[in-house]
Amino acid sequence: MNTALSFAPVVADRDVEVISRPSLSYWRDAWIRLKANRRALVSLHIIIMLGMFTVVGPFFAPDPSAQDLDQISVPPGADRTATIVAPYAPWSGVTVATPGGQGSLEAPVSVSLAGEATTQAVRIFWDPVPGAKGYRIYRNIAHPAPDDALGMPLADVLVPSRVSFEDRLDIRPQEYFYSVVPLDRNGREAPVYATLGVSATRVITAAEAVERGLAGSSADLAIGDQVKLKMHVLGTDYLGRDMLSRLMHGAQVSLFIGIVAPFLFVIVGILYGSAAGFAGGRVDQVLMRFADFVVALPFLLFMILFRILFKIEGGDSGIAPMLIAMVILSWPAAARLVRGQILQIREEGYISASRLLGAKTPYLVLRHMIPNTMGVILVTITFAVPSAIFTEAFLSFIGMGVAPPTPSWGSMCNEGIKTMLTHPHELIFPALLISITVLAFNLLGDGLRDALDARMRS
Amino acid sequence: MILYTIKRLIQGVVTVWFIATATFMAMHSVPGDPLMDDKAVSEAVRKNLVDHYGLDKPIHEQYYIFIKEMVRGDFGISFAQENRRVNDIIREHFPISATLGILAIVFAGLGGILFGALTARYRNRMPDIVIMFLVILGISVPSFVFAALGQFALVKLNAFFGTSILPVAGWGTLSHMIAPSLVLGLGTMAFLTRLMRSSMLEIVSSDYVRTARSKGLPTTRIFLRHELRNAILPVVTVLGPSIAAITTGGFVVELVFAIPGLGQYFVQAVQQLDYTVIMGTTVFYGAFLVFMVIVVDLLYGLIDPRVRLE
Amino acid sequence: MIFINSSGSPRAGKRFVSGALGAAGAGPEAPGSRKGIAWLGEGSQLFILSVLGIGAFVLLMMLLSFVWEFFGGGGAGEAVDPATGTITLALSTEPPQLDSTRATDMVSGQILGHVMEGLVRYDEFNRIVPGVAERWEIGASEAVFHLRDDSRWSDGTPVTAHDFVFAWRKALEPATASQYAFILYPIKNARAINNDELPVTALGATAVDDLTLEVRLERPIGYFDKLVAFPTYYPIKQAFYEGRDGRYGADAADLLYNGPFVIEKWMHGAQLRMSRNSEYWDRGRIRLNTIDYAYITPDVNATLNLYKDGKVAIAGLDAETLHDALEQRWKLERFNDGSVFFIEFNHRPSRLTSNRNLRKAIQFVVDPAELVYKVIKLPGNTPGESLFPVWLKGVNGYFRQEYPAPEHRVDIAQGNDYLERAKREFGLDPLPPLILLSGDSPAQAKESEYFQEVFASRLGIEVKIDRQIFKQRLAKMTAGDFDMVLAGWGPDYADPLTFGDLFASWNKNNRGVYANPKLDAWVEVAQSSLVPEERMQAFDEIQKIIYDDAVILPNYERGSVFVRNPRLKGVVRRAVGTDPDYTNAYIVDG
Repeated sequence: MNTALSFAPVVADRDVEVISRPSLSYWRDAWIRLKANRRALVSLHIIIMLGMFTVVGPFFAPDPSAQDLDQISVPPGADRTATIVAPYAPWSGVTVATPGGQGSLEAPVSVSLAGEATTQAVRIFWDPVPGAKGYRIYRNIAHPAPDDALGMPLADVLVPSRVSFEDRLDIRPQEYFYSVVPLDRNGREAPVYATLGVSATRVITAAEAVERGLAGSSADLAIGDQVKLKMHVLGTDYLGRDMLSRLMHGAQVSLFIGIVAPFLFVIVGILYGSAAGFAGGRVDQVLMRFADFVVALPFLLFMILFRILFKIEGGDSGIAPMLIAMVILSWPAAARLVRGQILQIREEGYISASRLLGAKTPYLVLRHMIPNTMGVILVTITFAVPSAIFTEAFLSFIGMGVAPPTPSWGSMCNEGIKTMLTHPHELIFPALLISITVLAFNLLGDGLRDALDARMRS
Repeated sequence: MILYTIKRLIQGVVTVWFIATATFMAMHSVPGDPLMDDKAVSEAVRKNLVDHYGLDKPIHEQYYIFIKEMVRGDFGISFAQENRRVNDIIREHFPISATLGILAIVFAGLGGILFGALTARYRNRMPDIVIMFLVILGISVPSFVFAALGQFALVKLNAFFGTSILPVAGWGTLSHMIAPSLVLGLGTMAFLTRLMRSSMLEIVSSDYVRTARSKGLPTTRIFLRHELRNAILPVVTVLGPSIAAITTGGFVVELVFAIPGLGQYFVQAVQQLDYTVIMGTTVFYGAFLVFMVIVVDLLYGLIDPRVRLE
Repeated sequence: MIFINSSGSPRAGKRFVSGALGAAGAGPEAPGSRKGIAWLGEGSQLFILSVLGIGAFVLLMMLLSFVWEFFGGGGAGEAVDPATGTITLALSTEPPQLDSTRATDMVSGQILGHVMEGLVRYDEFNRIVPGVAERWEIGASEAVFHLRDDSRWSDGTPVTAHDFVFAWRKALEPATASQYAFILYPIKNARAINNDELPVTALGATAVDDLTLEVRLERPIGYFDKLVAFPTYYPIKQAFYEGRDGRYGADAADLLYNGPFVIEKWMHGAQLRMSRNSEYWDRGRIRLNTIDYAYITPDVNATLNLYKDGKVAIAGLDAETLHDALEQRWKLERFNDGSVFFIEFNHRPSRLTSNRNLRKAIQFVVDPAELVYKVIKLPGNTPGESLFPVWLKGVNGYFRQEYPAPEHRVDIAQGNDYLERAKREFGLDPLPPLILLSGDSPAQAKESEYFQEVFASRLGIEVKIDRQIFKQRLAKMTAGDFDMVLAGWGPDYADPLTFGDLFASWNKNNRGVYANPKLDAWVEVAQSSLVPEERMQAFDEIQKIIYDDAVILPNYERGSVFVRNPRLKGVVRRAVGTDPDYTNAYIVDG
């Protein structure tokens, strides 16, 4: 064996000090890792889309407070055809010479329709019943079978000579069944009735059509013409307002409160918490006790009191006071968090090392403290977003949310919950948006937490 | 330990005093008159009402009287229910809110710990994804929507079975408590599930679990003795504030399920500017919250050997 | 101080996040690693454990509750129970108190109407019939009530004229601070006593003997018999009242009853159960044994769900739940509760709305029919035409049939003419925004949003909605801090005067401070005349002034729709008096 061959001098390798890959800054690395997290990335895109929906959407959407009273609580994709009719004119009705006679009450022989049954009005009249002191009119959405309920009582006609009734109550383009029941001397119903089924057509007057921009001028329209009512992509709410537009404007309130409030109170918390953390000792104790005081204040009461204290006058949406109240009452959690982090980081080895190398406090703060607490802070913000949105929704629920007509998702949900069986779209859309937002922020928060955790750097 | 407890209690009393003062000041600076009602009353009557509640005295004197009575444990007479004492209102209605809250916490804690452990086990697999989806749903639906849907589901359930499986609303028997406490605990359960999951994942890869595993200990034993016990710690920490939040935040559930808890009285009192009831319930809730936090801190010292109470 | 790894406070947030951060530190698990496979079995164990745990929890609670119920613990029964003659109902709120001198709200009135009885009462056809008084004579300056000798308190002692005198004096005493003291003002010296100018003993009501009550009147009053049916006129037994040490009416045991029912159990905020009063003089009339208000919730949906579940016998509906009720094929009933809702203007000179032209402009574009038919959408509500609702009686028939309301037609062009005139008078164009004060109820929010859009689109007037909680809305109304307010008025007694004097310049409830000597003069006529024709004429003049001067804009007369268990019969609904009234109710089989 040739030992000389076994031990050859090492040739100086000039590349050994060269870093083969560009150095990764903390943020770059975090971004790369966030990008690798598919769920977080999708969430990020959803949040960007929500932002667009909120900021850009309203420019294209119709006026959110315009009331289309012809289309109240219309679900998406409903038929929009309407026929032009003459303007509404009061109806004098049908009267007869008071029918005399006594005896048992019988059902009216017939109930008939006067004119057309339209969404403007349905006019019915019937044969007088001898002995009747009045009539009660019912309307139903299905034909009442024998022994079945007649539907909803519309009115009592308490003049025996009047044998007609005009219905204008929320008539929709559908079938209705009107029943007439004679009343006795004491206003009690006779056990007989007669029913008429009608099918109402959707109508609009020429003037209304022009007012709503469906036609150029009323001269273009003749009675009997068909027009298409205004399109509402996601349907309308209880006042005939466009859901999509309200959702967009509501997003401005809900997302504004949901993002700005956490952002502000986290800033307050950072300042307060880092001050306490740096100062330490007695100052820290006193500051943290004060934070404890604020935490123990009953949130709801103070929320309401703040709103009142800020004197919400007519026309104010009440967003600003709500925001301020949330900030004033929510900062201690963030402050405590930041303080804990600062206390922890202060004792870390790398800080001592940095200090030994001659680092000054500003450098320590900028280089070490902030990046290392940033993760916690961002995560706190993303988790605080849903709770802020919920707080706003809850305040709307107890009637102390943003002032009408400003929409918010919370107040829309609250209105929608009442009609969830008949008009589910009024609940589903805002609830879905809240859920998507909360979900997106939660997943993004998870992703950020993983991405910003230095221990997970690979 | 005892010294520490005493110190915390003293701090707690100061905190309660602070809450009482802050609430008192805030309330008296709110515009609006608690004595005003739909029907206007004569000057003499009004003057008598003002005298009756001592509202004519200067504010500092009212404050002094309030603090004095508070120390004696008397919050005065309600403005809205003119012959009922605030103490009676709290005494009669707080236990109901507390019962509901405790049941909700039991449910949330039980569900949270079990589901959290489960999701950690099946990380990124089917059970994890399904449960986490439900959890996210739990977090992302407002409580009033849940309450209304829950009640609607009960109606359907009872109609399906043709008999009353669970009551739709009301209070009085344990069966009345099941649905509302489930609804009330759902949000917290979702939160605890997430917490437990993270905590569990941390523990699973810790050195001592690895050691235990390499020693060849049975998995059930590792799970119960090493993992579960340690993973529960952060859950216990949040339980304290959660108990207070749930007990005080049950207003929506109380409203929808027709439960005579204190939450309803509190919200009504705020809307009615019922000074004495607002003050009474606020101070009571504040004290309750402070007390719960102290209890949890002490408990934490007992459970976690790393914590020293000084 | 607590230290955890020297990281500071151990409180929730911190631990949560550090725990969460640590979780990530676990690092991604290699798929299919040994660990993962080894735990599979344990995972399913855990899954079973969680399901079992929660299942056991629920089961245990149900089991316990059955045991509880078996041993006679609480729990409400079915909606109607013919075997025990019990009906179960829900109350919207709990009665704040049941001291008849101080009760102000509808719920208290409803309960008091079942457990107390005044000198007279309303029957099922809303006629005044004898109550504690057997017969009475009402003259111009004096009324005499002859009490029946068999009317008893629930402790068995007789109800005497002294009990009435005591209750009325108590209500008028300034120290009681009764809001409804004014309803006793027709009695001689009542107003002076309430204003602390005379002692209570000066009250013009005296018990001649145990069974004769003599009342001297301030002025002739044509509707005194209707007035004494009001709860403030109910009797109170002095000895009992004084024995309760200020707690009279606070609890079931703190009341003495002379009505058809007694309160058997009152759990505040939860339940109020009334059972038949065995001492009631007319007990033969009462057919129900127990009325159990087992639920107290303002939530309409919750009450309806209880009805669906067969737990309550009556549930109110709103526009939102109406459709659902129709699909269930329930029999619906309609009821007009007698109150009138309107937009009240602020007539203080500093306000723009003190200008008549501006008010007329607004009046001409407001369409109550559209509000009722398109926005409120609940049958029973009728478009408002007058301050006087349709149910008020006139000389012979209904007031509004004898004296129809001024005809109102929406005329946007005319409205804008008036608006131009108003603008010229102010020298302002455009007008500054007007403040519309509204309550915090969803219904009021809806209405205010509707009106905001109406004024903006038809007149180009900007309206700002000021939504306030109840007490602050009242404070702002009283201080005059509004231009328009959504207000309403419910009747206290069945005479048009209960509405007619609302806008008299001296009325404290006239919060818009409308002052018009002509209207005041007609109110004087209506108050003191005993001639029905003259009084109704006066009300008609008031009705016209209110329209011509646009003092208020009537929006609607409120109604409600409700469902009733078909086996429960004889429930009486009325605008004035106890409503709903179950004293004549009964359960039918089948």
